[in-house]
Amino acid sequence: MERIRNLFLVPYGVWLLLFVIVPILMIGYYSFFDIDGVLTLNNYKRFFSPTYFSMALRSFWYAALITVVCLVIAYPTAYFLTKTKHKQLWLLLIILPSWMNLLLKTYAFIGILGTHGPINAFLGVFGLAPRQILFTDFSFILVAVYIFIPFMILPIFSALEKLNPSLIEAAYDLGASHWVAFRRVIFPLTLGGVKSGVQAVFIPSLSLFMITRLIAGNRVITLGTAIEQHFLVTQDWGMGSALAIFLVIAMGLSMWFTERGRRVR
Amino acid sequence: MGKTHNLAKIYLGAVFAVLYAPIAYLVYYSFNSGGTMYAFEEFTWEWYQEVFQDTRLFVILLNTITIALLSAAISTVIGVLGAIALANLRHRRMRNALLTLNNVMLVSPDVIIGASFLILFAAIGIQLGFTSVLLAHIAFSVPIVVLMVLPKLQEMSPTLIDAARDLGASWWDVLARVVIPYITPGIMSGFFMALTYSLDDFAVTFFVTGAGFSTLSVEIYSMARRGISLTINALSTLVFLVTLLLVVGYYIISTRASNSRQVRWGVASR
Repeated sequence: MERIRNLFLVPYGVWLLLFVIVPILMIGYYSFFDIDGVLTLNNYKRFFSPTYFSMALRSFWYAALITVVCLVIAYPTAYFLTKTKHKQLWLLLIILPSWMNLLLKTYAFIGILGTHGPINAFLGVFGLAPRQILFTDFSFILVAVYIFIPFMILPIFSALEKLNPSLIEAAYDLGASHWVAFRRVIFPLTLGGVKSGVQAVFIPSLSLFMITRLIAGNRVITLGTAIEQHFLVTQDWGMGSALAIFLVIAMGLSMWFTERGRRVR
Repeated sequence: MGKTHNLAKIYLGAVFAVLYAPIAYLVYYSFNSGGTMYAFEEFTWEWYQEVFQDTRLFVILLNTITIALLSAAISTVIGVLGAIALANLRHRRMRNALLTLNNVMLVSPDVIIGASFLILFAAIGIQLGFTSVLLAHIAFSVPIVVLMVLPKLQEMSPTLIDAARDLGASWWDVLARVVIPYITPGIMSGFFMALTYSLDDFAVTFFVTGAGFSTLSVEIYSMARRGISLTINALSTLVFLVTLLLVVGYYIISTRASNSRQVRWGVASR
């Protein structure tokens, strides 16, 4: 029995080795080679040069902004969802658009934000001249928030669902106002959900590249865009790998941060 | 209290409207004979006819579905075996290490997965095309299957297995007639998630697809880069309808599975 169970581990173990461990090691290996295949540390030096470093910082800044906006919109949404009748159905309706193909949703915004699109028509009602919305930082953040918001709503919703309602009632009985109950009881107890949501939004926002290409023109360059550029356009796999290593480090830090938070609880 | 309730409804309604507006917008203009996404002229089926007459697009659609079904099936098998092995692993440290690796794949950004697979396939000499895309899709779907199945295995009482063995069941009987039936809801949702992951994936596929092979997402991307074409709108209406059907089907299956539990909740909440 035991031996058979260990046999079950074989395909999974092979998968882990071949598609998780080896690829990460190979990225690390490639990051030490330049475009001509010469062993070098130059890729890392280049990362800390002003061009790349400020690009990386800006990418982090955009990702943080997207995450915060998502959180601010998603938390009340999740909270109100738990109060509705047929909440499972409502939840399904909220996350249904997230199952629609990502590219198509992004494509819709090319029309919506365009010079003749409804947003500009709406601004026109107030006498504002048609302005360039597409290919700006704003459009990038807007579309990214739109894409990621269900991934923030979902974990917060399940955290709220798990929350024992008698704890909130106890807070009210003890004289807490709505705000105090929220700040001292509800929010701290759903922090796990918030953390999962942040994790589900922040790292993907760092690595987005198709939205930057389609919506933001080449105005916004995220780490993801830069990696894609190096791998598929300039074919400089070494530099692309070095950038990827920094993305992996960022990911590791965020995982460590959220995992640590969970263990404390 | 009634006032906050109304506010809540308005807020939810607004979020709801914003989430669906872009999709409605796409669908609406897919019937526009004007050929643009802003001036609606007359109703037409023209763009839909174009989609159905485009054999290239049809082949791409077939590719996408084939890849999705195959990768979901294979990753479900690997994932279920992995989850069973993980659940039975006595060595705590080892199990945690394997689970961490599983999570690494789950939270890895698409670009990293795509770029590292590109390096991997180049190194082991797999030609970019159907095989590389299929392997990549299997690879990124396995952890989600594990994640869906593992909780089911953990909530299963070990006494069930003990009882089966006491009654003389072989290990195969235990597996096929006790464990698998018990975790079937988990397997179903794992398979479904793998399917949607595969259908939806753009970034990883974009990295590992060669010149000759394309999936729907990659094709839409290259179409959209060329600018607005209402064929894409017609296509998105069709994709949305299929998505809707899949999700509703899944919802029906999953509520039927947990129906008894919901009845209990209903009583409890009263």
